Parts: sequence; C-alpha cells; structure tokens
Amino acid sequence: MSLNGTSAADVQRLQQLQQGVWSPLPLIRRRWLRVSLNLGVLAYVIAAWLSVDVNWDRVAQGMDRGVEFVASFMSPDFVSRSGEIFVGLQESLTMTFTATIIGVLLAVPVGLGAARNIAPAPVYYICRTIIALSRTFQEIIIAILFVAMFGFGPLAGVITLAFATIGFMAKLLAEDIEDAQREPLEAIRATGGTWLQWVNYAVQPQVMPRLIGLSLYRLDINFRESAVIGIVGAGGIGATLNTSINRYDYDTSAAILLLIIAIVLLSEYFSGYVRRWTQ
Amino acid sequence: MLTLSGVSKRYQTSELALSDIDLTIPAGQVIALIGPSGAGKSTLIRCVNRLIEPTDGKVQLDSEDITRVRGARLRQARRQIGMIFQNYALVERLSVMENVLSGRLAYVGFWRSYFRRFPKSDIQQAFHLLRRVGLETMFDKRGDALSGGQKQRVGIARALMQNPKLLLVDEPTASLDPKTSRQIMRLICDLCREQQLAAIINIHDVVLAQQFVDRVVGLRAGRIVFDGSPQDLSPAILTSIYGEEDWEVPADNEDDDERSPPEDRVRTLTVDAHP
Amino acid sequence: MPIREKDGLKEWQRREPAKQYAIWAGWMLGGMLFVWCWALISENTIWEFLYDADEQAASLIGRMIPPDWSITGSLMMPLWDTINIATVGTALGILIAFPLAFLAARNTTPHASLRAVALAIIVSSRSINALIWAMLLVTIVGPGIFAGMLAIALRSIGFVGKLLYEAIEEIHPTPVEAITATGASGPQVLAYSVWPQILPAFAGISVYRWDINIREATTLGLVGAGGIGLQMNAAINNLAWAQVATVFVLIFATVVLSEWVSAKVRHAVL
Ligand SMILES: Nc1ncnc2c1ncn2[C@@H]1O[C@H](COP(=O)(O)OP(=O)(O)OP(=O)(O)O)[C@@H](O)[C@H]1O
Ligand SMILES: [Mg+2]
Repeated sequence: MSLNGTSAADVQRLQQLQQGVWSPLPLIRRRWLRVSLNLGVLAYVIAAWLSVDVNWDRVAQGMDRGVEFVASFMSPDFVSRSGEIFVGLQESLTMTFTATIIGVLLAVPVGLGAARNIAPAPVYYICRTIIALSRTFQEIIIAILFVAMFGFGPLAGVITLAFATIGFMAKLLAEDIEDAQREPLEAIRATGGTWLQWVNYAVQPQVMPRLIGLSLYRLDINFRESAVIGIVGAGGIGATLNTSINRYDYDTSAAILLLIIAIVLLSEYFSGYVRRWTQ
Repeated sequence: MLTLSGVSKRYQTSELALSDIDLTIPAGQVIALIGPSGAGKSTLIRCVNRLIEPTDGKVQLDSEDITRVRGARLRQARRQIGMIFQNYALVERLSVMENVLSGRLAYVGFWRSYFRRFPKSDIQQAFHLLRRVGLETMFDKRGDALSGGQKQRVGIARALMQNPKLLLVDEPTASLDPKTSRQIMRLICDLCREQQLAAIINIHDVVLAQQFVDRVVGLRAGRIVFDGSPQDLSPAILTSIYGEEDWEVPADNEDDDERSPPEDRVRTLTVDAHP
Repeated sequence: MPIREKDGLKEWQRREPAKQYAIWAGWMLGGMLFVWCWALISENTIWEFLYDADEQAASLIGRMIPPDWSITGSLMMPLWDTINIATVGTALGILIAFPLAFLAARNTTPHASLRAVALAIIVSSRSINALIWAMLLVTIVGPGIFAGMLAIALRSIGFVGKLLYEAIEEIHPTPVEAITATGASGPQVLAYSVWPQILPAFAGISVYRWDINIREATTLGLVGAGGIGLQMNAAINNLAWAQVATVFVLIFATVVLSEWVSAKVRHAVL
C-alpha cells in the first residue's frame, strides 16, 4: 500500500493494530527530541529539589500563625484602624483612576508609534523600547526608582502606575493596529486627508471598542498594584496593609484584604456592564 | 425489548415536549421516527438513555426500568444503548482509534482507559469495525481531520463498540450531502440487520426512511400520530404529521443509486490495506 | 443610524440623541472626577521635592552607569532561586487550580454550593498580589524561598483557575453527551471529552502564567521571600546604584528569555 502520505511506520502500526496491539501516537513523534525533553525535565526537577532548602522547623512553628491568619477572615477588624484604612483606600482609588487616564492617553501615541505598519523606523524602535522597559520591570521596582526621584507620596505612585499602563496598553494597541484590516486603512488614505484625519477615521473605529475594554481591565490591575506600591512609599493602602501584617495585626489585614477583594469584584462587575454597553 | 409507557417530558419553560408516549420495539427492529421540527423526536430518544430525564412514565429495557436506576446501574444500562449524533459528536482532538475505543469505556476501569490500555480483543474489534466502515487506514488521524461522512462512520463504529442491543440515531444524515446520506443510512441499517440490533432513527428525509426501515412512527407536538409500515405512509398521513404540503412532487427523482448492492457501496470507499 | 428631519431636510446622526447625551454626561463626570482626584493627590504631594527631580533622576542614572559587573557571579545563585520560585510556584498553583476549575465551571461542578466556594477562592486569590501574599507568608513560614513559592502559588491559583474554568465552560457539549451515552463513568467523561477539549487552553494558560511569575518572582525578595529581589533590596538600601543596575540587566535578560520560551511553547501546542 503506497497511498499518499503512508510511510513504513504507518504500515507497521496498521499491521500491529490488526494483531490487537495499539497505543496512541506520542505527542512528539521524533524519538530523540521526546527522550531528551523528558530527561531535561527530570534533570531540572532533581536540580531544583537539591538546591531548594526549606527550614521545616520554622515552617512548623509558623503554622499557628497561619491558622490565626485564616481565622481572622472570620473576624475582620474594620474599626480600630478605620481612619487609616479610609485614607489609604481613598488614596489608592484616586491614584488608580488618575494613573489609568494619564497612562491610556499617553499609551495612544506610543501605541501608534509602535505599530510597524504606520510608524517610521526610528519612532518604532523608541516606542518599542519604552514598552519593553515598562513591561519587564514590575510596578514595585519602578516605584522604588520614582520614589527616589520624586520623594514619598502618591505622586510617585501615579507616575509608576501610569508608566506601567503605557507599556501594557501600548503593546496591545500596537498589535491591534498591526492586525487592523488593511482595506479601510488604504481606502481612507486614498481620499487624501491629513495623517491625523486618517488615524481618526480609519484606525480609531477599528480599535476603539477593544481600547475601552482594555482600559477597564487595566483600571482593575492598577487598583491591585496600588495596594502594593505603598510598601515602598508610593502612596495608597499598601503602607497600612504592610504595617498591619508586620505587627501581626491579622484582623486589620483581613479587613483590608476583604475590602480589596470587594472592590475588585465590584469593578469587574461594572466593567462587564460598560463593555456590553459600548458594543 | 424496549418499552416506553406513558413517557412525558416537560421542559422548565415550555409546555409538554412529549406527552404520554407508549411505544414498544421488539429486538432487531429498525424504526424511523419522523415528525416536524420541534415535535419532540430528539427529546424522545434522549429520554431512552436518560441524557434527558423524563418527567413521567417508564422506559423498560429487557424488563429493567431505566428511569429508576442510578450510578453504576445506569451506566450498565447506557452501555447497552449506542447513540449516533447529527453532528457526529466526535472528540475532535482525539484520534479516530481513541474515538472508536471510547465506546468501550463502560467495560474498562478508569486507569486502564486513561492510559489507553484497552484489552486486545477490544482493539481487534475496533479494527474490524473500522474496516467495516471503510476507515481502517485512518486510525491515527485526528477527529478534526476527517470529512463529515468519515466522522459519521467513526461515530457509528463508536456506537457499535458498545456491543449494544439498541441504537439511538438522531438525524444521522442531516449534515451530509444526499449521496453520503444514503451511504450512511444504508450502513446503519445493514449493520443493524447483521447484528440483530434494534434502532430508533430520527430522520427528516421521509423518502430515505421509507427505503430502509421496517416501521415508521410519526410524532407531532409530542404525541404519536402514526405507527405503521413504511408503505402505509400516504400523503394524507404525511399531512396529518407535517401539515399541508404537496407530497407527490419531490418523490419522483429519488431512486438514483439503487443499482449497486450495499456491500459494494461501502467497498468502493474502502482503501484495501492488503494488496 | 437615526435620521432626523430638520428644516425639511433629513439629517444624519451617529447616535440616538438620548444615548449621545448620556455619553456627554459620562465624559463630564469622568473629567470632574479626574480633576478632583488630581487635587487630592497634589494635596498629599510635597511639590518642593519635585524642583530637583530632574537632577535626582540624572544623578541616579549617572550612578547606575556603568553597572557594576563584578557582582554578576554572586547573582547567579539568587537568579536560579528566582527561577525555581516561579517554576515550582506555578506548578503548585496549577495543581490546586486544576480541580478548582472543574468545581467552578457551571457544566462540570457537582453542586452549586461547591461552585460558590470555588469561585470565592479564585476571586480572593486573584485580587491579591503575589507581593502581598509574600508579605503575609514571610510572617507565617519565615523568610526565604519557601514563602516565595507559596506566594506565587497562591496568586496563580486564581489566575489559572479563572481562565481554565472559562475554557471548561466553553467546550462543546455534544462530545460530552456522546461519551456519557456510552455508559462511561464521571472521571472517564472528564478524561475523554472535557480534557482533550481544554488541553490547548490549559497549556497556553500555564506557560503564560509561568512567564508572568518569572517577573513577579524577581520582586519577592523585597519583602524577604527569596530570589534576586533580596540582592536588589540590599543594593538599594546601600544606595549602591551600580549594583542595582546589574540586577536590572539580569532581570531584563531573564524576562526576555522566559518570554521567548513561553511564546515557543504556546506556539507548539496550538
Ligand atoms: N433544553 C430545552 N429546554 C427547553 N425546551 C426544549 C429544550 N430542548 C427542546 N425543547 C423544546 O422541546 C420541544 C421538542 O424539541 P426536540 O428537540 O425534541 O424536537 P425535534 O423533533 O428533535 O426537532 P428537530 O427536528 O428540529 O430536531 C421543542 O418545542 C423545543 O423547543
Ligand atoms: Mg432534534
């Protein structure tokens, strides 16, 4: 049987099948690749196992505290530190909102510049570098730098979150623009308007709905991050949370965490609603 | 062998999809279930293997009331009932062989099935069935690499792997071209005769049904309005099932490939593995 | 597209008037909120610090360049720890997220109350950053890699769990019916009809999360949970910015590499 695409191995499998011997085709058909991948994974597991040393005594000691923490979710304490919690949350929320708006506004030019199909080469590389830097380094690292430059307080936080937002939004925006349909782009360019008019009429309608959706998603992420960057002094609820954890005041920590969870849930619900509405 | 008595089904939202169905099917009988869209055909056959829970009534398979059993007993009952679907319902990312062997799942334990260690006899049976439906060289292909007709053949092989007593067939040809439809219908009916299987076939194509089945049951708005031999399907009766329509016109040009005997039909599509 | 009569001429408009007003009102509100937020922030900002921000930035960058390459060797072990934190943490997270996703998906959950519990766990895990988990865990199990791994795992549960249960809810129901109809048991139905359908999504989600976790693991040392972040923290506290720069370069290289690996794997499974 020499039908198209049948090899000696296929014939052998068919003959075995007739005898009642069958096993599924392996995912990776090349044997050496399969074997060496498996060996590689095994080697990594062994190496990792050997190099990770855990102080089990310390872990065992901490179990009581772990139980205490879980139990504190049953008795969260919103009251004792209500003032700090309120101010912290307010700051987090304002930082989130401002940073998202500034970040999205700045992400639009960066995103346009990072789209290969509409940007000239030097602009393209500058924008791509900004995106890569902002995406590689976690918000907290960037916050450290901005705190060093601008001093403690929410301003450093806003700049941090805005910078992170630029990387996130601009990358996705640029990909969207690169994927945008070619015909409308060219049809409108053919009408001979200015570059700005062209962006407004041809690019914007194609990417706008997703841009709104992504902004809302980023709003959500920024809020979660705003709870963290306070640790290094960039404002928001993070500082209060950090203090309560370090004092083993788990009831207050639980209260703050519950508030964060509630706000995330709420914003998710809200953004689902807005997304349906804008479509 | 299969007896439905007083079977009714009411979906949460709507009125009765099936009301008080009584139907008896002796062993080895192939019946066609016809009726307009929404008459309750799919609901009826799904009540037999409890993919849908009937609201009321009894379904007896060889004196066991299937509507009462649960757990292992239900699975025991289900494995005696093969099912073939309109959209084939193959697991597309599994190979043809795995799809066919999944018909044996109720016969092997979890870990055996998980590691694909099926008994030798099962594998041989799968091979014979694949050869019977003309796909033995395709056994390594993935489900999504097949054509519609080929997928349906795999679906048939999977159902027969269960060694069922009864086949439930829900519009096997509705997604296929006319010629393939015929071949599939013929294949199902031949296999039923060979293996003495009873079958309930939901089908919209009345002419196709008449050519292949022993008995026709007409369903309208959840009730049986006709039960008789295919020859008795007069235009008046069709009207009582489907409503007003000129039934004589399309029936004329419908006998194109009656010449070749069924066996050859299948063979022509078969790639012979042993030169 | 609504068309309005005006002076006997038909005038085309983009939207219904009511919707148009609602949109304007939305913009107004958003703008006012922004101004209010900004006022609040500037109130809490010591603007005097900003007068020399450009000098600060310049001197910071000046002290970072050139990076202090001499410490590169001593950073290799912490880097290896970072990778282990991310990898083991991801694996642990997936292990827990996997059953959770089946409990949380509408079409595979055994009971509505279990679904609610699973969803609650997923949303809690997702709302809280790995760094916060790490802070907590350091106080519980003590500083070190173990706390980092657990933190990564706890954060990954929600992420993987959510995307996976959404994938489970999107599978085609007919193959599931077909396998059920053969008389297969519950676990067999999952293994033969649900699992093959979610396999590509599962692989994609897992490497995607691993990729994110590599980045997150680089920071956990800031709160004492092991990895290269510890060295970064020490260097920052000593104001040794040239060493900080070396750490940054290494992090950058690792992240680029992990992104490449994850893209390759995702490409291979799809
Ligand atoms: N899951 C469901 N929930 C509510 N009502 C349903 C459901 N499935 C079917 N129905 C209703 O039950 C009735 C019978 O449907 P069924 O699918 O059995 O018809 P059918 O004869 O198979 O039609 P078709 O030829 O179009 O497949 C219809 O009125 C349908 O709207
Ligand atoms: Mg139907």
